[in-house]
Amino acid sequence: MKTIFAKSVPGRCAWEIESDAPGAADMLPAGLLRKAPPRLPECSELDVVRHFTGLSRLNYSVDANFYPLGSCTMKYNPKFTEYVAALPGFSRLHPMLAQLSRGAACTQGALQCLHETERWLCELTGMKAFTFQPMAGANGEFTGVKLIAAYHKARGRTRKKMLIPDAAHGTNPASAALAGFETVNIESRDGMVDPEALMAALAAHGEDVAGLMMTCPNTLGLMEVHLPRIVEELRKVDALLYYDGANMNAIMGKMRVGDVGFDVVHLNVHKTLGTPHGGGGPGAGPVGVGERLLPFLPAPRVAMREDGSYRLEYNLPQSIGYMGPFYGSFGVVVKALAYMLRLGGEGLTRASEYAALNANYLKKRLEDVLDVPFARRFCAHEFVASAPEGMRALDIAKALLDRGFHAPTIYFPLIVKECLMAEPTETESKETLDAYVDALREIVAQGKADPQSLTDAPVSLPVRRMDETAAARQMVLTEDMA
Amino acid sequence: MSNAPAGILYSKSHEWARLEGDQAVIGITAFAQESLGDITYVELPQAGDTLAADKEFGSVESVKAASDLISPVDGEVLEVNTALEDAPEKCNSDPYGEGWLVRVKLSGKPEGLMDAAAYEAFCATEAH
Amino acid sequence: MPYIPHTPDDLQEMLSVVGVRTLDDLFADIPPDMRPQSFNLPKGQGEAAVCAYFEDLAAKNSPDMISFLGAGYYAHQIPRAVDALAGRSEFYTAYTPYQAECSQGTLQAIFEFQTAVSRLMDMDCANASVYDGGTALFEAAMMAVRATRRRVLVVDEAVNPVWRVMLGTYISSLDLELKTVRQRDGVSDLAGLVAAVDDSCAAVLVQNPNFFGAVADYTELFAAARAHKAFGVISVYPVMQAVLRTPGEMGADVAVAEAQSLGQPLSFGGPYLGVMACRKEHIRQFPGRIAGRTTDLDGKTGYVLTLQAREQHIRRAKATSNICSNQALCALRALIHMSLLGPTGLTRVAENNMALARYAVERLTALKGVELLNDAPFGNEVALRLPIPAEPLVDMLTSHGCVPGYPVGRYYPGMENVLLLACTELNSRRQIGFLAETVGGLL
Repeated sequence: MKTIFAKSVPGRCAWEIESDAPGAADMLPAGLLRKAPPRLPECSELDVVRHFTGLSRLNYSVDANFYPLGSCTMKYNPKFTEYVAALPGFSRLHPMLAQLSRGAACTQGALQCLHETERWLCELTGMKAFTFQPMAGANGEFTGVKLIAAYHKARGRTRKKMLIPDAAHGTNPASAALAGFETVNIESRDGMVDPEALMAALAAHGEDVAGLMMTCPNTLGLMEVHLPRIVEELRKVDALLYYDGANMNAIMGKMRVGDVGFDVVHLNVHKTLGTPHGGGGPGAGPVGVGERLLPFLPAPRVAMREDGSYRLEYNLPQSIGYMGPFYGSFGVVVKALAYMLRLGGEGLTRASEYAALNANYLKKRLEDVLDVPFARRFCAHEFVASAPEGMRALDIAKALLDRGFHAPTIYFPLIVKECLMAEPTETESKETLDAYVDALREIVAQGKADPQSLTDAPVSLPVRRMDETAAARQMVLTEDMA
Repeated sequence: MSNAPAGILYSKSHEWARLEGDQAVIGITAFAQESLGDITYVELPQAGDTLAADKEFGSVESVKAASDLISPVDGEVLEVNTALEDAPEKCNSDPYGEGWLVRVKLSGKPEGLMDAAAYEAFCATEAH
Repeated sequence: MPYIPHTPDDLQEMLSVVGVRTLDDLFADIPPDMRPQSFNLPKGQGEAAVCAYFEDLAAKNSPDMISFLGAGYYAHQIPRAVDALAGRSEFYTAYTPYQAECSQGTLQAIFEFQTAVSRLMDMDCANASVYDGGTALFEAAMMAVRATRRRVLVVDEAVNPVWRVMLGTYISSLDLELKTVRQRDGVSDLAGLVAAVDDSCAAVLVQNPNFFGAVADYTELFAAARAHKAFGVISVYPVMQAVLRTPGEMGADVAVAEAQSLGQPLSFGGPYLGVMACRKEHIRQFPGRIAGRTTDLDGKTGYVLTLQAREQHIRRAKATSNICSNQALCALRALIHMSLLGPTGLTRVAENNMALARYAVERLTALKGVELLNDAPFGNEVALRLPIPAEPLVDMLTSHGCVPGYPVGRYYPGMENVLLLACTELNSRRQIGFLAETVGGLL
């Protein structure tokens, strides 16, 4: 499809406000003005509407396709939450209004929203408090590891090592490095953290260990069975335990991370709490902490006065500072609260139960199609499988696209060869899962009979396989770099 | 398995060094470029930078992977292969020739490197 | 059960395929002593009840007061077509375009967004966006730190204080030093900034217009930075950028922005949109997602995520950033907004806003004791010195249904009498008249 710039016709303009203002040159010295107007598209409103409607139709999406992308929790996003977040009482509210003493009175509903969401998340996770400032999961991770750094610093010590199991998300080491930590890789055994590897790391680095970042259930879709031991060993050296909430959809109502000894957790509300993924964002990554990390939370926090009204507390002397400009992705948090209110505690538990049912059902039915490791264990909300011998995960993924399914996550985690990681979520029906199994069965059969036919896939989409090497070498990143 | 040319030295991190008097030319091996796939970018040091054996001195990227370059020798960079800026694919097509990375003035005798036969045996174990 | 499609028959059949009796049997790996100690969450409610709850909450807020509050975040008109198009669920229920063949809509939109941002900034290229203006500034600083291998950042005190606090927080555990150059009466100290840049400096960070609304030309500063091999980083206000001298013309290395003003509702602080553009030679230092144009097997043009080897899922602890997403839907909104307004529409908005700000200055400085804080050129936002502290005045006016601006003293001790006032097309001369009369009555 042509770009919007290629459709531009000089002189067209879809949106021009009534204004009798003089030209900029009458208001500012010439030296401060740009030489020529920006070369943005010149289009009619219909041109723009047709263009973006056309683009939207080139996408797979949860609303149109089964989207079992592992670790991403592509569940159905209830439509009413869009309405709620767009209420003018929320959408037109200037964040700085709440900082003014009279202005706070004009934002009570919004502050109450944040306070209420915090109470829900605390009960859901067993943590003491939440900050909403982090603007996505990775930003939440960064916040979490900074809180761990602040904890040790407040005790007058510098600890440089962050332990990270090899089955962790790639963002974990990146976030830890950004917070000034050196990461220590902990190998897994039988899909679990290897207790011996953990003990060896603790022996080697001892009191230089600041904490451990865990994904639980891990990226293999397995519940960590050594968790109590891990908690105990870290406690011995006063190191903290970080819970990567990317897989929270597996445990709601079944385990609370605060109860089992985690000190800090980030949630991906765009995964667990049903807010849309937006094609890559915006998300929200609220961070919850236990007692020990409470004093270090970012500023401000929402506090309730004795009369039941709400105010912002900026006076937090031990706070790490600002992780975001204000109170986080408020428009996303509102949707998460709406989702929780709709489901209630029971509904959230159901969500995790049915997520586990769908994943285990899919795993069981695929055991004779793909190479499924850990077949004798139950998986959590997702599971990993390898492409059958001689076939590539990439080819299977592309062949699924041809059959109207989004592909699972492929080549992750790195410790499983030719890995396909599927997370069906609770909102998919048995018929959809069955159809997906049939498609995979057909693909594998086709791959065995005619390997070449799979490497041709996809053939029914707007484009076929892309030349990614040329993209990286030639670097055409804008219309003008062509 | 790729044939490692004789007469040059190899490291376990898959770099090679060709000694020329008190200088050495450094590159990545055919095994390395095959594992990485189509190379899209090579990040190199500047002339005048100091390299230390077993320490990182740059990186190579392919579409889906990135790998640090580990120096096989101690020395000072005399020259870098600027042709790789526009044509990183030379590392794929001619890793021991046009795909060379840097020329170094040695500051010590290289140690712990393998000859071609030992390197090929080493690669055989790596490839499982 | 809301959003769960399983019938009782489905449930039984699926449980028997898996080989368990109850749903809870699937959680056998969580032993009894690890089960929740409490789980007192209310019962779920019907959709109508939940909507009513939020309608009540929203009604407790007062979004529609007359407002001159800006300070980096501005209420602008947003064409309904932005909501309609970005509200297409083919966009908003997709995820990061890992599978390019079924994500060409999102990928092409990112490519077009990168083009629009690059042209607005007059820079070579842009990335797919980051979380907000504050993170964009931080990520730009880190690009400079990596590229120069230096550890000093020189920042103008007239850069938005919220972003400066974020910057301080973000770098606090890294071995970096932040040198802040004092502003004088809301004017950036160009000579002081030039003097602060030396061979130890990774980057100099400025903002145009600065937090106080003052517009300047940073060409000489960036030339000085270049002479010391340091980065020139500038944060801009995208609407004013339609008319102001561009980062490219000034010789900036990296240009960033909080692009909330391009089609994003204020929404009480987020989600917002961090924009980043840079010169071609710095592309490898870019954080986050980048879309690129290429061809498919048949030679047909298409788009992919590219330069991924910089990213966390490959480089892990050595990645250029821990960012693994972008604000895709916000970027899409900004792109649609820019496409609807085009060069003419965006320029007209900027000029209208500037003219209103001049009218506000005329009316307010006619009041006894009110004067401009400085004589610097300004855009649509301007700092005024009042004869009384600004904060109580703001409070009083807020009670009258009019927020006159931001009391600067909150972030700048000693500037308690300074009010920062912004105008957009949502303001009118009549509102400004009301403001001047009310302020006049209180002085």
